[in-house]
Amino acid sequence: MENETPLLEARNLTVKFVTGRGLLAKQVVTAVDEVSISIKKGEALGLVGQSGSGKTTLARAVVKLVKPQSGLVLFKGKNIFGQKGDEAQAYRRKVQMVFQDPYESLNPRATAEKAIGEPLVIHGLAESSSSRQERTLDLIRLVGLNPEAVSKKYPHELSGGERQRVSIARALAVSPELLLADEPVSMLDVSIRIGIIDLLKELKRKLDLTVIFITHDLGVARYFCDRIAVMYKGRLIEVAPTEELLRHPSDPYTKQLLESVPDPAKSARERFSSIQKG
Amino acid sequence: MLGFFTIVAIFAPLLAPYGPHQVSGAPYSPPSIRHLMGTDELGQDILSQVIYGSRISLTVGFSVALAATLIGSIVGLMSGFYRGAVDEALMRATDVVLILPSLPLAVILAAYLGPSVQTIIEVLTITGWPLVARVVRSQTLSLRERPFVDAERVIGAGNARIMFRVIIPNLLSLIAANAVLAITAAVVGEAGLDFIGLGNPSVVSWGTMLYWSQNLNAILRGAWWWLLAPGLCIALVGLGAVLISIGIENIFNPRLRGR
Amino acid sequence: MPLLDVRGLCIDYKLQSGYLRAVDGVSFRIDQGEVLGLAGESGSGKSTIAHSILRILPGSTRVSGSIQIDGTEVLRMDDRAARAYRWKVVSLVPQGSMNAFDPVITIGSQIVESIRIHSNVDKADAWRRTRELFSLVGIPESRTKGYPHEFSGGMKQRAAIAMALSLNPRLVILDEPTTALDVVVQRQVLGLLARLRTELGISFLFVTHDLSVLSEIATKVAVMYAGRLAEISSSEALFAAPKHPYSNALIHAIPTLSGDLSLVKSIPGVPVNLLSPPPGCRFHPRCPSAFDRCRTEEPHLLQLDDGSVVACHLFDRGEKDDGE
Repeated sequence: MENETPLLEARNLTVKFVTGRGLLAKQVVTAVDEVSISIKKGEALGLVGQSGSGKTTLARAVVKLVKPQSGLVLFKGKNIFGQKGDEAQAYRRKVQMVFQDPYESLNPRATAEKAIGEPLVIHGLAESSSSRQERTLDLIRLVGLNPEAVSKKYPHELSGGERQRVSIARALAVSPELLLADEPVSMLDVSIRIGIIDLLKELKRKLDLTVIFITHDLGVARYFCDRIAVMYKGRLIEVAPTEELLRHPSDPYTKQLLESVPDPAKSARERFSSIQKG
Repeated sequence: MLGFFTIVAIFAPLLAPYGPHQVSGAPYSPPSIRHLMGTDELGQDILSQVIYGSRISLTVGFSVALAATLIGSIVGLMSGFYRGAVDEALMRATDVVLILPSLPLAVILAAYLGPSVQTIIEVLTITGWPLVARVVRSQTLSLRERPFVDAERVIGAGNARIMFRVIIPNLLSLIAANAVLAITAAVVGEAGLDFIGLGNPSVVSWGTMLYWSQNLNAILRGAWWWLLAPGLCIALVGLGAVLISIGIENIFNPRLRGR
Repeated sequence: MPLLDVRGLCIDYKLQSGYLRAVDGVSFRIDQGEVLGLAGESGSGKSTIAHSILRILPGSTRVSGSIQIDGTEVLRMDDRAARAYRWKVVSLVPQGSMNAFDPVITIGSQIVESIRIHSNVDKADAWRRTRELFSLVGIPESRTKGYPHEFSGGMKQRAAIAMALSLNPRLVILDEPTTALDVVVQRQVLGLLARLRTELGISFLFVTHDLSVLSEIATKVAVMYAGRLAEISSSEALFAAPKHPYSNALIHAIPTLSGDLSLVKSIPGVPVNLLSPPPGCRFHPRCPSAFDRCRTEEPHLLQLDDGSVVACHLFDRGEKDDGE
């Protein structure tokens, strides 16, 4: 029985957006609706949902890219919103994110080296430019890339998988405690997806990270996560340890979701007849 | 092409066969060996005038382009990046200048400031920056929504850093391409203002040449070369600018390189 | 006679620097009533093949080989014949078509327009047909006057399918039709396609990178790699016992909900650069069973006893390694 504070906690978090500009009728969209969830240190939590479920918005709130209308996000018990100056900057060293689009999440005008070294510069984490260089090269190796081949290249000269590794290296430069990965492999070729997820698994183990893995792909969530949280239309539907969720889902939406996922492991006849009814 | 004209302008005194105001031939003579582009009403060599004129015309062209682009870019960048109240205020100011009809505005300002090359530069800059501002703002707005800007925030970059290291480098190609085109606009603008008499007629520039040729009814007298020479130069400068602009886009956009 | 018979299809795209061979010697068949899944990752050439069947590749593309529909050679048709054949015999639901609707015109009008472009049907009949199509694909007929933004993603995809069905084609080609859809909606669309196949006897060519979707809808699957065919097998055979090392690796690179996760493995190496593909078998640099012959000799499509087709030296009598 652990009495420690969860690493990250959301309490009744609500994030709303206003759409429509000028003469168009303004609509309020509730992207995240009273979500409460807590994450233990060392966990691999999956945040699963289809598009519009609010999972990405929830992640963006955790990295302070959006502000909630109500509710709290606590990191180690402290409210992450309303921090000032140094404290706010320190948060950026503790929580990092890897984005979905490997090309768009890197500055087209920065080489891999520059991109990875930038957090070190921003937070003054290297005593000299040579130590920064060294650390950058270490990070490149850490994500399974060859520094000679990659460091001076621009994003458009790298493959999708390489770009994503560069993004991961950049996120790890500050040695964060919590890493959010927003659909990190959905824009990559199928054959290299598992390679990146395996890298994340290894890095989590090596660097003692806590990871929130956001995805719409239940199979991928099963492969990586200890616990899965299902979201639908902004609400948190169900949270449970992975195998339990998959075998004994309690919510009807979860059940529907699981039934809809194509499963090549089932027999052909069973598939065909169930599809016809569906 | 632009380079050619620039070199000509700088080395004008060495290249021109005659001084700009030197009378060296019979008035209104057609192009000949002695005067490759003919002479004007006073017998001055038109080629020389074109060459000397390039100095003024190009100076105006470059300075206006530089000034308007600089002012416009800063305004556009601030506006697009900070949004909110800053954006509103700056865009109102831009709109005001855009709405005012440029020619009457030019006339009024020129009349107020007195006919001179300086005036022309100032007037053209004032009428020119809003367009740059709008374009830069629009590009800034779209850049700031892109995921790599989000990524910068998440790693802890502040506004200044994002502006200088991320947005501006990605704006450069747009700004440069626009600046070059602005040169053309400025040269044509200068010619236009001179043509309607707002410039200093005693200064030799392509615009004033057009002015004089029009005033003295060159065409009626059959002296077509007087109009053609400066006109052609303006057109060629424009073409050169467009070509450079395209070239800049190709250089700056890493994706277009080598495709 | 097969409905669609592709033989030795080669397609070259024109680039600034020369030609790029996107499809290299591909042959496959679709019989009436079948659903053939054409699977492959980006760069495999699958979309290109789909477009070539409808003769809508850019004019500068070089195409050779044979594509026959019911015995008629599609590649040798003149433009007029091609226009007559397009949409009436074979139609296409292009990638991203659910988002390609004109936002300012009602969906019904867009379908009517498509009908009238491809045939001589008059307006009233076209509208009647459109309403028919809507109910066929499961959209309430009242929505024919609706605008794209009023339709959900799934409904838009159904409308795109309706558009492809408008002139009663025998074969409908779908390019990544469910990729952008919610998994629940995807299931519904797959159900629709299965229904259409049973009720109307339409054959489908389903192009996708998502193998697991094919396990739900395809009767036969053709796996492509770097412009060439790796394997064509029945859906059951492919998922139960993939023959080509690439198909095998690809299937095992997908984590499923009920399979053994310890068998999930990534495929080492990088996707092929089509500008300079490796010699011999294009998969050999990444293949766990590669041997000398693979590095030098291109494997040809071999017909196996159970009806499958594989392009792999492992299956060439005399060289069989008993590789799995």
